[in-house]
Parts: sequence; structure tokens; C-alpha cells
Amino acid sequence: MGNGHAINHDAAAPTCEFTPIPEGDIAAICATFGNDKHRMLDILREVQDRYHCISPSTLDRVASHTDLTRIEVEGVASFYSFLSLVPKGKVTIRLCDDIVDRFCNLEEVTAVFEEVLGISIGQTTADGAFSLEYTPCIGMCDQAPAAMVNDVLLTSLTPETARRAAEALKEGQSPETLVSDRFDDLTPHEQALRMVDNNVRHAGEVLLGPVPEDAGLNNAVGMTSSQIITAVEESGLRGCGGAGFTTGRKWRFAASERAEKHFVICNADEGEPGTFKDRVLLTERPHLLVEGMTIAARAVGAQQGIIYLRGEYVYLRPLLLQVLEERRRRGLLGEAILGVRGFDFDIRVQMGAGAYICGEEGALISSCEGLPGEPKTRPPFPVNRGYLGYPTVVNNVETFCHAARILDKGASWFHDMGTEGSHGTKLFSICGDCLNPGIYELPYGHSVWEVLEMVGGQDAAAVQVGGPSGMMIARDSFHRKLTFDDLATGGAIIIFNGDRNILEIVEYYMSFFVHESCGYCTPCRLGNVFLQKAIQKFRKGLANPEDIDYLKELSGTIIETSRCGLGMTSPNPILSTLQNFPLVYSAVSKPSKDGIRDTFDIQSAIDGARKIAKRRSYIFDKDFTQ
Amino acid sequence: MSDALPKARIATASLAGCFGCHMAILDIDERLIELMKLVDVDRSPLTDKKRFTQRCDIGIIEGGCCNEENVHVLHDFRRNCDVLIALGQCAIMGGLPAMRNAIMHSDAPLRECLDEAYITGKYIRNTTHNVPNDPALPLLLDEVYPCSQVVEIDYQIPGCAPSGDIIFDTLSKLLTGKFRGFEREIIKFD
Amino acid sequence: MSGTKKETGFSFTIDGVEVTAYAGQTIMEAADEAGVYIPRLCDHEGLRHQGSCRVCTVKAGGRSVAACTQPAAPGQAVENETAHLNKMRRDLVEMLFHEGNHLCPICEASGNCELQAMAYRLDMTEATKFPYLEPCRALDASHPDIALDTNRCISCGRCIRASQDVDGKGIFGYVGRGIHRRVAVNGENLADTNADSGDHAMSSEVCPVGCIIRKRVGFATPIGEREFDKGLIGHEIEEKRK
Repeated sequence: MGNGHAINHDAAAPTCEFTPIPEGDIAAICATFGNDKHRMLDILREVQDRYHCISPSTLDRVASHTDLTRIEVEGVASFYSFLSLVPKGKVTIRLCDDIVDRFCNLEEVTAVFEEVLGISIGQTTADGAFSLEYTPCIGMCDQAPAAMVNDVLLTSLTPETARRAAEALKEGQSPETLVSDRFDDLTPHEQALRMVDNNVRHAGEVLLGPVPEDAGLNNAVGMTSSQIITAVEESGLRGCGGAGFTTGRKWRFAASERAEKHFVICNADEGEPGTFKDRVLLTERPHLLVEGMTIAARAVGAQQGIIYLRGEYVYLRPLLLQVLEERRRRGLLGEAILGVRGFDFDIRVQMGAGAYICGEEGALISSCEGLPGEPKTRPPFPVNRGYLGYPTVVNNVETFCHAARILDKGASWFHDMGTEGSHGTKLFSICGDCLNPGIYELPYGHSVWEVLEMVGGQDAAAVQVGGPSGMMIARDSFHRKLTFDDLATGGAIIIFNGDRNILEIVEYYMSFFVHESCGYCTPCRLGNVFLQKAIQKFRKGLANPEDIDYLKELSGTIIETSRCGLGMTSPNPILSTLQNFPLVYSAVSKPSKDGIRDTFDIQSAIDGARKIAKRRSYIFDKDFTQ
Repeated sequence: MSDALPKARIATASLAGCFGCHMAILDIDERLIELMKLVDVDRSPLTDKKRFTQRCDIGIIEGGCCNEENVHVLHDFRRNCDVLIALGQCAIMGGLPAMRNAIMHSDAPLRECLDEAYITGKYIRNTTHNVPNDPALPLLLDEVYPCSQVVEIDYQIPGCAPSGDIIFDTLSKLLTGKFRGFEREIIKFD
Repeated sequence: MSGTKKETGFSFTIDGVEVTAYAGQTIMEAADEAGVYIPRLCDHEGLRHQGSCRVCTVKAGGRSVAACTQPAAPGQAVENETAHLNKMRRDLVEMLFHEGNHLCPICEASGNCELQAMAYRLDMTEATKFPYLEPCRALDASHPDIALDTNRCISCGRCIRASQDVDGKGIFGYVGRGIHRRVAVNGENLADTNADSGDHAMSSEVCPVGCIIRKRVGFATPIGEREFDKGLIGHEIEEKRK
């Protein structure tokens, strides 16, 4: 029942049949995950990977094995973009449809795939071999345009490389051979680097410079829970995912909660368009991340941890699994870590399946529990009652890495870097119209202008700080500083030069939020659709000056009544551009004359009837002669 | 209500509706006499005047816009009336005619609608098997529009049809400059 | 759910009126007992709180929160009937009207419909600025005694909770995401489920609108005698204070 509101171009009706699945297969997949309803996302991902579809009969069978109702399974299967209730191709090509990709020739790359495969975006080939889709930002904005081909990443695509890839796939080559003929012989780290560049442009002192192995963890085992937490508190470390909550305080809340179990979860669901810093940490500092999680586990008394890895980063899963296995072998995970009796902690990797909202703490926990990725009602907060109802610490990848370094070098070492209120360094993922897109580890406190000089983006006309949920600023704000108190960001900095159409960017960002809203609450589910439609009116030149007030009022309602951070920030692309680029709006809006709305387009309204009746309008066709 | 006061001029029109809202004006019953002391009726189906004789204080619109003629009339009313009132659900939100907006989702929605109405519909007895297409028929719009999407509307009186009470109450207050919104108890959408 | 009442409660204020609450009570639960009505659509007596429609948004301690899920706090000053809050609530109700196909004149729930009644209470009478989404939605008349007209569904999920928690059946659930999120049934259609017209989930009090319809009993109450012909929505709660 699609209304076509969403960003994804409506999928065409399925052209291939449901593949019958052998009776025992679903049972076997469910059994792999202990017939546990909390592992529903893993079960459905497995079915999708193997059979490219979750058919109605599969819903019934999965439900019966996991003791759920069919509608509950359908609720999960229909929530995530990477799961499909209609048959998809054996190979699904997902082209990244971010605004940065659009500005990097995505259109031509798309045309090549469509031509070679003989299908349009949203379609599946009749033989069930290929599906072609658009997907929002996959975290490769420094090497756009990019695409996922099943679990393989293609980056820096050109029409030529796209053609070679599409033709090879059509000849029956596996996606892996697009990367290397001896893909399976490569280590997971080598595989990742063959697919994706790190583009580390500036290594800072904390994360991307030299990092001694497990020095923080070695210190932490000799400390009490309270001492560890005090060190993290005194360092001034704040969450690096965007919200900026004080990390030590979060750990202390969870540690002081008396419960049978505690959990530590790493939020590696880096979905904010333009953000890709965690991808580089996961590739280059996976041990540091696990070390940080292990320290957190020691601090709060957790025995189990989860790394929630976004579906788009599935290519990093083998690397993470290898790191976890290696650490178990070396006594750094599992029972009696570093020989300390009672220090037991292990981690599983939970794959996401294409849902930006799962970067929200509560939604991420819901997703880990095998539910649709919907935020939870607060209170209770996750530190009190989180994963499966137990106290849970959820931190960003970068936050855990910082924590491990703080335990090594001491709180004051970290505290002394940055500014008052924003301590330490921060990874910035910088992309868009600049010479050197990539990762910059910088202490807090640089101005936007300084950063632009560093990256070769001096001719920027607009900078999106913090991704779409952040702010778009103009040149008159480039003196402002990247700190929690001035311009806060989870790391994304997207640069646009003077040739870019601000309203096009805003419309794209609103369509992103429409696509990614979970739909739980009224204002976010509907308000964002209305905002997107209003921006379309501006782009078509069909807006009134009053529509500017309408945008502001509607944005206000959405921000104030939404249930979670998505709706509280989704109007930001509009509000920040209204504030910083007001002429963009006023230039294209026109007032009504004599109370008659120019915004109502009579010519397009009667066009269909003109064609059907094969005559022109007596009233509205001026050149009507009879 | 002194006789010395100049009477206000009102005009009315019925667009894509059932004329029920005009009938509802008669539900004002004996208060109509009181109301007529305040107004003269200009262009209106009630007077059978087809054109404005002069500028009006209030225009009352029943029905939404489903064809080009509706748009034309509505434009004319907006140009010739100081205050424009949308009377009833069709004028306010399209009403029953707007049901076609939600059932047309093919590539050629208008064609689908006309075919169903004149040719393929289960209960159609149309021996010509043609969609009427006399040059005198106004062209249909792609969908049915509420009046407020076509022109600026100053007030809306809800109901299907609005009760005599809400019509009388609103008009008499507007005419005497006392309108401050509706009593909640008389707001009805049916 | 209201917690077990302890001997002593605490007090807080709603629009300056002192209200008593007990530990574990939400703002709305305490308000209901005190005869202060806070508008709501997804919340319903006897069902789990969901906090999804956001019509019950109030200001507590300067922050906007959903009164149905927010615990009452001692000494807190809660704002409820303010022009600002009612404007936002009106926006939300209007959004729900525009999401589906709500034709009050031909709906058998008209007069008993909480969405409609909420629009009356919140003065939804000015020309709309929101576009109508006019979705193409299905009518499920497969069941012998019950029909579902999903054009009118506002995704409040009351039927989901009633069926799950009261009837122990789980006939309804949410599917989809974002603007495509909707209430669906546990099977191909309603006849494919074990739905029964005696279910609490199917009772007219659970569905706030005219989506879940019991066949052959429509339009039984004459205009003038329907629930909201008698008084504004919330008047029963407000009368407790008088």
C-alpha cells in the first residue's frame, strides 16, 4: 500500500516467484539461534541471505519455531530495509543514494547498472539474478559514489568501473571476485582495505596515532569498578555519537543499579549521513574498541556485550569476528580475563539490517532483542533497565576507544586536550566539496574555517555540521568552533560549494528522515512527510511567503512532541537553512494575488482531462479560438 | 439591528457538493427573517442571479473544486467578496467527491475514474459505452481540491450539512463583528 | 499501569490545581483520578500505556513529555490546558485526519469517534495547511461478524494491546516502518484469525475511530444521542471535579 512518500522509488511488483524452501531449512536456521525470539533479526537475516525473501509461509514457520505469532515476525521482517517480503535477486546491488553521491555522478553510475542489468532502480530481473536498489548513506561519502553488492563494497565508482562490475556480475562472477581473484585467501583486514579506503588524513594523539596493545585494560584489571569510573569521569569524556552524554556518569548509573546481570553494548550503527569515522576505527582499531568495552564491563559488572554493527558495514563482520576470536584465545575475552578470577566477559556481534533509527539507544536495544527498531519509552533509561530489562551501557565505538586510552594514559592527559567542556580529541569525517575528504582526528576547539583550510574546502558556501540532524551553516558562521557548547557534532562535516542547490539538499535530507522514521509516534511519522512536501512546493516555485511560517510552526510541533531524538532533530535541515540561508526560501516564494493562490496550478490540474476529452479549456486556455 | 445600518451584501455558490448546505441555510427557519434584515443577497442560486451586481461583503461557498468551472467561480468569488466562507465539509476538505482522490492510484487515475463511472462499473447502464464529452462540459481536475487550496478562505463552517444553528450563529456574529470562534458544542463534522 | 497505592501520596500541580499522586503513577493516571482531563487518543483505560499519538503532550518541569507514560514527580508544575499545547495537539489530530481517509459524513463511528471528538475539543475549524495524503487502503470484510475499514485507522494500537493483553489472542500487530507503518492482522485477513465479535479488541470502546466495525449494528444510535453529542470528550473525567 505504498503511497510513494518514501525516498526509495517504489519497488515494482515482484517478477519472480517465491523459491520453495525445504521444510527442514527454516527449522535449522531457527535452531542455530536457539529458537530464541530475541535473535529474530539474525534468523531473518539468515533467511534473507539464503533465500532472498521472507515469504508468508516462512513467517508462519519462523513464528512457530520461536513461539511468536506470525504478525510479530512480520512486524520485524517489514521494518528493516534489508529484509524483504517479496522475492529479491540472488545478488542485490544497493547504490548509495546520499546527496554527496548524487553530487558525484551517481546518476550516470545508476544508468550504467540499469542498462547492463536491464532493470530500473527498485526492480528485480525476471530470472531472479539481480535486484537494483537505492539505499541511504552507507558511510562511504569520502569515496562516493559507492555501492553494496550483497556483502561486498564498491567505492569511488565511475561509469567505467560500474560497467566492468555490472558486466562481470552478469557473466556470473561472484561479488567477491570484483574485489580480488583470491578474495578468500586475504585476511579480513586485507579484504576490508581492498574494498574501502581509510583516508586517514590526520592522526591525532589519542586514537589514530600509535596505540600500545591493551595497556588500558592491563591497568583496569588492577582497579576497582569505582576507580575506573572515576578516571573516566575525571577525563571529561563525553559520548562521541552525537548526544554527548558524560560517559563516566552513564557508567556510574549502570554500575550502581543492582541486578542479576549487566550489559555493555557498542553502538556501531553509524547511520548519520556523512559520518564514517567509526568505520575507520572498526577497521584500524578493533582491538582498542573491544578493550574499551571490556574495561566498561569491568566497571559496571557486565558479563555479556554486544557490538551492534550496521547492516551496511557487514563487510567488517569477518574482521570483528576474527578479532573477538583472537582475544578469546589470548585470554582477553571469555572467562577469567587476564587471569583475574571472576572477570568474565564475552561479546557477540549483532548485525543490523538497514535502519538509521537503530542508532538511537532504545531502538538499538529493541533491535538487539529481536524486535522492530523502535525507541523505548523513557523512563526507564537503559542504564536502569535496558537490554532484556537489565542495566545496560550503550556507547559509541569512538567513546569506548577513548575510554581504553584514558585508562592507559590517565584522566588528566585526556582532560588537558581540547577546550573547557569538550575534552580530548574527536574524529571528524569530512566529505563533500573539498580536496582531501577523509578522517581527521583533531582536538576539540578548531573553528570550521581552520578545518576547511586543512581539508582544502576554502570555497565552501555551506557546511553541514553533524549531518542532517545537525546544522547547516553559512560563511558568516565559519568562525564558530567545533565543541559541544558551540557546534556539536557526532563527527560529520559535509561541505557544499556555491554551485549546490540548498533546497535540493534540504529536500534530500527530509526524504531521508521520512524514509528512516520508525513511524511509532504521530509527529515524526507524519510531520516529516508534510515538511518534505512543503519543501517540494518551494522547489517547484509553488510556495507562499506564509509557507515559511508554516515550516517553522510545523517544525516546532514535531520537535516538541516527538518521542525520540530522530523527530527532535529531523526539522533541523529546514530550520537551520531558514535561519542561515533565508534568501533561498524568499526568492522562490510568491504571495497570493487578490487572495487567489498561485500555488494552485490550474494548468497541471486540467491537463489530464484535456488529453482525455481531446479539447482545450474555454476558461483557462488563453489562446482558445472557436 | 437598527434599520439605519447599511445592509451587508452576501453571495453564495454551490460547487462540487450536493446543494445540501444551501438547503441547510433554510434550517435557520424563522430566524431567516431576522437575518434578512441584515443582508441583501446578490449572486446566488437562491436569487438565481448568475453574476455579481456589485462587490459583496461575504461570499459563502458550498462544495469543493472538482472541475475547471468550480475553480473559475471560486476565483470570481474571491475577487468580488471581502470575506469568503467555506460552508460544509465538501468546501472545507473535499467531502464525498474527494473520495475519488483516494481510489485512483493507477498511472492514469482520471481515466480510471471516468471508465469506472461510465463504462466498466458493475451497475452502469450506459448503452453508448462512451464517457460524456460535450464541449459544454467543464474539464475535470486531476483531483478534488478543498477550497482553501485554491483561494484564501477566511472562515470555515463545518458540518454535513452544517446545522441551522451554526450557520445562523456564525453569520449573525460575523455581520455584527462579534465572531470569536465557535462554541465547541456546536462544532460537528457530520 | 498504576502502581500499588501506598498509604501516602505526594502532590504536584496541573495548571495550578493541586493533584495527589502515588509512587509509580503517571501524570495522566493521577490527573484522571483528580478530575483533570488530559487529551489522549492512543491511551485507553485498562490497556498498557503506549505513548505514540503524543496528543497527551504536557509540559512538566519545562520539558514536553507524554502524560500517559511520564511518571508524576513530587512538587512538579505541569502545564496542560495552554494555548501552545492545544495548538500542537490540534496539529497532531489534524495530521491523523490527513494520514487516512476520514469522511465523517458517511462514517458509522461519527458522533462516537474519539478522533472527531478530539477535533471538536481542540477547535479544529480553521483552513488546513497540511496536505491530504489520501492513501489507497483496503477494506477487510472477510470475517462474518467484523469488518476492518483501514482508511480510518489512526495506528493507535489499542486493538493490538486489547487483543494481546486482555483477550490473550494477538490478532493485531504493527507492520512496516515510517509512513508505511500500519496495524495489520495475524494472517492473510481477519477471517484467517481467531477473531470473535465478543473480543474486547473488537468492542466499540477500544477502536477510537470507525476502523473496527461490527457488522449489522451500525447507525443504531440516532444523531443527538451519540456519545459526543452529549458532551465534549473528557467531560466524564472533568465532572469528577465539579
